[in-house]
Amino acid sequence: MIQNPVLRVVSKLIIPLILLFALYVQFHGDYGPGGGFQAGVLFASGFILYAMVFGTRAVHKVAPLWIWRPLVATGLFLFIGVGFVSLLFGKPYLDYDALAQEPLVGQHIGVFLVELGIGITVAAVMIVIFLAFAGRNQ
Amino acid sequence: MTELLNVVLLGFLALTALAAIRLRDLFAVVMMFSIFSLLSASLFVVMGAVDVAFTEAAVGAGVSTVLMLETLSLTVRRERPPAHRKLLPLLVVTVTGAALIYGTFDMPKFGDPNAPIHHHVVTRYIEASPQEIGIPNVVTEVLASYRGFDTLGELAVIFTAGVGVMALLGTRSRRRKENRR
Repeated sequence: MIQNPVLRVVSKLIIPLILLFALYVQFHGDYGPGGGFQAGVLFASGFILYAMVFGTRAVHKVAPLWIWRPLVATGLFLFIGVGFVSLLFGKPYLDYDALAQEPLVGQHIGVFLVELGIGITVAAVMIVIFLAFAGRNQ
Repeated sequence: MTELLNVVLLGFLALTALAAIRLRDLFAVVMMFSIFSLLSASLFVVMGAVDVAFTEAAVGAGVSTVLMLETLSLTVRRERPPAHRKLLPLLVVTVTGAALIYGTFDMPKFGDPNAPIHHHVVTRYIEASPQEIGIPNVVTEVLASYRGFDTLGELAVIFTAGVGVMALLGTRSRRRKENRR
């Protein structure tokens, strides 16, 4: 935990902005640079900054490990599940054309869901790895 | 202007790499690695690869630095001076480096429109993707749709890394319960 008041105040101001920017990168990835990978890392870095300044116990209070551990698998299952939905509609695995009447709309839905799955898994894995390392110190 | 930027960035890149080799304080070395990643991210921006630059800045300069610092806090901060002689490693590195540079002579010039990379599937992606997928960012289209299997594999790798760390290092909540017992 860091006692420096400047760092504490500034990080408190910045963390919401980091999380918001991560969500922007996640959902705006279709139009600008970015996507699930970057958004997941950014989202995790918000929590990692919080843990570095206020201690891991503070993070455990906000978002305990039992939230993150299932999320590690949830994102990957979402990705795999989208592929199986295409199979159910008689299309090849991960062919997003099957997800809607219009192929283009289907592609949009598919890319959105897949990127969401990537973001969830990447963020959860980064936070879990960080907390596992930080937990060894105490 | 771009040439100047490239020279400055590559110069700093070489300097940080040399500093990382020379320094014995591992904390400073980790910082050098972080600066190295940030400089490469800037180079990617100059080359127009913003998506790659974004990833490099977030993962290379950000998260991996934090993880290396975490690892440092578990071990010692100073590197021991090497006991063996430096001549053989230097020779190996020089020969390997020379071979790699010799290999680049056959590569197409940077930005060459006739380079094979611009002619394989890239033209098809650029021409057909507005009708097939209709998302403005081609990188996202290729990553999530055309090469969905690749990305699924990458995500599985990250998932495996997370599960591996959880299995090896354990997590704090479990240890707390054990302490209570």
